[in-house]
Amino acid sequence: MTDIKAKIDVLPGLDPRAPLLEVNDLHVEFRTQYGISRAVNGANFTLAPGETLAILGESGCGKSVTAQAIMGILDSPPGFITKGEVKYRGVDLLKLPEKERRKVRANQIAMIFQDALSALNPVFTVGYQLAELFRVHRGMSRGDAKKRSIELLDQVKIPAARARIGDYPHQFSGGMRQRVMIAMALALDPEVLIADEPTTALDVTVQAQIMGLLAELQQQRNMGLILITHDMGVVADVADRISVMYAGKVVEEAGVYDIYARPAHPYAKALLESIPRLDMKGQQLNVIKGLPPALTAIPQGCAFNPRCAYAQDVCRQDPAPPSYIVAPGRTSRCHFWRDVVGE
Amino acid sequence: MFRYIVRRLLQMVLTFFGATFFVYALMFANQDDPIQALAGERPITESVRQALTERYHLDDPFLLQYWYYMKGMLTGDFGTSLTGRKISDMMEVAWPVTIKLGLIAIVIAAAVAVTSGVIAGIRRGSIFDNVTLVITLIILSLPIVVLAPLAQLIFGIKLGWFPPTAGATPTFWALLLPALVLGSLVIATELRVTRSSVAENLRSDYVRTARAKGLSRKRVIGVHVLRNSLIPVVTLIGVDIGGLMSGAIVTERIFNVPGVGFNLFRGIRTEDGPLVVGFVSILVIVFLVVNLLVDLLYAALDPRIRYE
Repeated sequence: MTDIKAKIDVLPGLDPRAPLLEVNDLHVEFRTQYGISRAVNGANFTLAPGETLAILGESGCGKSVTAQAIMGILDSPPGFITKGEVKYRGVDLLKLPEKERRKVRANQIAMIFQDALSALNPVFTVGYQLAELFRVHRGMSRGDAKKRSIELLDQVKIPAARARIGDYPHQFSGGMRQRVMIAMALALDPEVLIADEPTTALDVTVQAQIMGLLAELQQQRNMGLILITHDMGVVADVADRISVMYAGKVVEEAGVYDIYARPAHPYAKALLESIPRLDMKGQQLNVIKGLPPALTAIPQGCAFNPRCAYAQDVCRQDPAPPSYIVAPGRTSRCHFWRDVVGE
Repeated sequence: MFRYIVRRLLQMVLTFFGATFFVYALMFANQDDPIQALAGERPITESVRQALTERYHLDDPFLLQYWYYMKGMLTGDFGTSLTGRKISDMMEVAWPVTIKLGLIAIVIAAAVAVTSGVIAGIRRGSIFDNVTLVITLIILSLPIVVLAPLAQLIFGIKLGWFPPTAGATPTFWALLLPALVLGSLVIATELRVTRSSVAENLRSDYVRTARAKGLSRKRVIGVHVLRNSLIPVVTLIGVDIGGLMSGAIVTERIFNVPGVGFNLFRGIRTEDGPLVVGFVSILVIVFLVVNLLVDLLYAALDPRIRYE
């Protein structure tokens, strides 16, 4: 098992000292019949082992597309990566031939999805779908693969794993199904796990259990975790750092305490102000006025300018604001970040 | 599961009696003078007429006739055709031919439909997809009474690739052209269903998961997508067996295939009540059993379906 893993590690240019995962200036567009939809317009972030990076943003801001581009499972056409790098330990995955790329999936970078019921194949047993990974990637026999699958279900705390291995996805509850998803993603001991809204389809108590399980497994394995979510509450509990995305761009990247205490981008600030709090009882909830821009027609300059309280003329013209360094490891794409932080 | 099957079998008994009664009534109502029809243009002597009338209970009321008939059939006696041959003997000859014809038709149709449907579903909007769309539209819009003689004329007579008629003991080769014509009845719908089913499944979330698992495209499509896409297609193929039976009447007549359809056609034309009802009764049973099997197969293919 280890020797096969070792073989993949001999990717040309692999540098064990390079950052675990590095995304540089990633651009993704969808060429549809209604025009070109620019879903990701320069996403940047890095991820270290054991670190949790939350990618935060409204629906349609390009979070999931970024994740799919990293995994290399973008539907193409219509989706195309037009620019940028996705580097795993110094190797640009976007330049790898598909065959090599495929080995990276599940082995080095794995992903779990939002709705486990539709993300699991309805006509195969959970055991088959787990064992498939060992059989395809590791060439294991049916018996060995089954044994490993049972171990995995045990690890994600599914009761009576041995009995449930022959069940179909629809026979599991929502939370148990998401555990199966997690087991599947962790089967081949990946170093990076991308969780795309892993708890959105679950009720609140189950959400907490799943997030707890993810955090625990991450610690055991020293995995890098990218958590894609729109739930600020989830983020505050588990994330080390946060990337706030708006209209396909990372507008602010910062440590979790910094951003909650003093956001440096008007959009991040507006997001935080729109969280309902107990001490606000009876008051009207702050909302961000307007709608996110259509990705086929992103405004000139800063994409957030039509909804922004700080916007000046300079924000309404190209070029868009660059990534200002607010503090070490902290960036903001706002010309007036000093004003935003200063308040 | 067991209870479900028992319930279905009981329902089948009711359907069987209903269907045979209906067919019997239709044949009865259609009867003008079956004895004259049997004799053709020749005159019939009064004594012969009387003997035949008695033998076939032609003077008895309708319900009594039906009763006599069913009593015979349920004890394994299908009676004799108005031509004097035992109907069970005729069936022994006819059924194997039709089963062979139907099997060739359904295997060819399913193989072509599923393969092309999968390719068209994967390459939506490609030249292949559009060409199959046009071809299936043409096939769908050609009724079999046009298609069968046309195929016979072109491939059997003009080009001479196939024997134009099958003859008394047809070979596989002689059955191929009628089977192709028969299969074309169902190929278009099966292809379209496969195509849309594959196209829909390719967009589903579990395909994204399978790709995220690092599986090859061959495995994603050949295992994950195909297994899901074939569920509606298999059901459709089962239901199509019924459609093939009715198509066989015209096809077998035109290509002179001595099967069930051929006998039915002749029976209907000569007002041969016992012959028609006998063959149709067996057809009804075949149709019912096939439908039950398809429903059971459906549950076997899709674990989400359980019969109580």
